[in-house]
Amino acid sequence: MDTNSNSYTFIFSAVMVIVVAALLSLAATALQPRQAENVRQESWQNILKSVNIDVSRAESEEAYNKFIVEELVIQNGQVVEGMHPLEIVLADEVKKPLEDRKNPLYVAEKDGETFFVIPLRGGGLWGPIWGFISLKKDASTIYGANFDHKSETPGLGAEINQSFFYNQFQDKNILNEEGVFKSVEVKKGGGSGPHQVDGISGGTVTSDGVTDMLKNCLAGYVDYLKARSSKHDQELPVEEIEVDDPTEDDQIDIPQSGESEEEVV
Amino acid sequence: MSTETVDKTKDKEPLFSKKNRKLLSDPMNDDNPITVQVLGICSALAITVQLKPAVVMAMSVVFVMAAGNIIISLLRNMIPQRVRIIVMLTVIAALVILVDQVLKAYLFDVSKQLSVFIGLIITNCIIMGRFEAFAMGNGVWKSFLDGVGNAAGYGVILILVSIFREFFGTGTLWGIQLIPESWYMSNGGFYSDNGMMLLPPMALISVALIIWVQRSYNRKLIEEN
Repeated sequence: MDTNSNSYTFIFSAVMVIVVAALLSLAATALQPRQAENVRQESWQNILKSVNIDVSRAESEEAYNKFIVEELVIQNGQVVEGMHPLEIVLADEVKKPLEDRKNPLYVAEKDGETFFVIPLRGGGLWGPIWGFISLKKDASTIYGANFDHKSETPGLGAEINQSFFYNQFQDKNILNEEGVFKSVEVKKGGGSGPHQVDGISGGTVTSDGVTDMLKNCLAGYVDYLKARSSKHDQELPVEEIEVDDPTEDDQIDIPQSGESEEEVV
Repeated sequence: MSTETVDKTKDKEPLFSKKNRKLLSDPMNDDNPITVQVLGICSALAITVQLKPAVVMAMSVVFVMAAGNIIISLLRNMIPQRVRIIVMLTVIAALVILVDQVLKAYLFDVSKQLSVFIGLIITNCIIMGRFEAFAMGNGVWKSFLDGVGNAAGYGVILILVSIFREFFGTGTLWGIQLIPESWYMSNGGFYSDNGMMLLPPMALISVALIIWVQRSYNRKLIEEN
C-alpha cells in the first residue's frame, strides 16, 4: 500500500483523530466521578483545615457532616433562601460588584464554639489562587486560614500553601477597633499589627494577590457577620458565658466580642 | 544517537545484548539529551526549583516516552511521511492527557504537586526528537529501551539541577530543612539562602556547569574546533 498517497494520508489522519478522541473521552468519562469526588473531598478537607481540624481525604466527608452545621449563601447582608454554597461558582461571583454577589458561607461548630468559614478566590501571578478563612464569633478575629494555587512559581509564590505563611493569619483582625472593615494585608518586608502579615520574598505578585483576594472576598460578608455576631451575643444568656469562661482559654475572647458588639450597635 | 540502523537480525539477539544495553546507557552520558543534544531545556528551567516535582516529572517523562516510542514504533510503517510530525504530536498529547487524567483520579496529591508541569511534557522536544530519530526506524523493544534511556538521561540532569538549586536556594532537600536554622542570619548566624538560585536563569547556569564538568571528564565530547 502506498502510504504517501493523498487518500491514504487523509484516511489515516481521520482514523487517528477518531481513535484518539474516543479513547480520551472514554478515559475522561470513566475517571470523571473519581476526580470530582477527589475535588469535593479536598474542599471539605480545606474547609475543616481552616477551623484547624486536620483530617485525611477519606475521612473528610464524615468530619464535614459532623462539624459544619450550616451552609448558607449571603447576598447584601441577607441569607438567600434555598441556595446551597455548592451551586455557586466562586470564580464568577468574585468578579461581580458587591451588591450582586452571592457569597457562600459555612458555619462550623467546634467544642461548642461557632466559626464562620469563608471561601476565597482571587488571582496570583500565573493563575487563580484560592483558600478558606475562618473567623471567630466576633466576625473579626481570624481563627485559621489556608490557601492554595493553580500554578504559582514553586519556591516563591507557591509557598502560600505552606503553613509558615497561612498560620501567620491566626489572631489577626479583619475589622479595626471601630468595627470598620480593614481586611488583612500581606506586606512585603515584614508586617506588623493586627491587619498585616509577612509577605513572601520573591513572591510579590502572589502576595499582593492574596491581599486583594482577602479584601475583595471578605467585603461581601462583613454586614451579615457583624449583624449575626451581635445578635448572637445578645441571645446568649450571660450566665452561660461565665460558666464556660474558666474552662477554655479561647473563651476569653467572648467578653472582647461583647465589647466590639457594643461599638457596632 | 548516530548509529541507528534497523537491525535485521533482531530475532536472534538477546534482549539485553551489548547493543541494547548501549541504548539505555548512552543517553546517560555520551548522548545525554540535555547536556549533549541540548534538548528539553525549557522544562529543565521550569521545574527544577525543588527536588520533588523534578523527580515526579522525570518519572512521568519516562512513562510518556517509553509508551510513545512503543506506539510510534508499532505504527512506523503505517504513518504517512508527510503528516508524521502531526501524528507524533497527537500520540504525545493523548498520552499526556491520559497520564494527567489518571493521576487526577488515583493519585490526586501527586497530580496537585505537578499541576501544570504534566502539561509541559507535551512541549518536551526530547520526546518528539526520539520519535523522529529512533522510533520511526526501529523495532518495538529497541524503541522502548531508547525511550527509557533518554527519559532517564533527561531525568538525571533534572534531578541534579534541582538538588543544586533547592539546596542552595532554600537550604532544603525534598522539603526537609538541611541547613541548621541557627546558621541563618535571621537567627544570628552567618548564612543566607541564595535567592538567585530560585530564579530561572540559575537553571541554565547549573546546566552549563554540569556540561562543563561532564566535558572535562568525557574528552570525546569536546568538538574539534
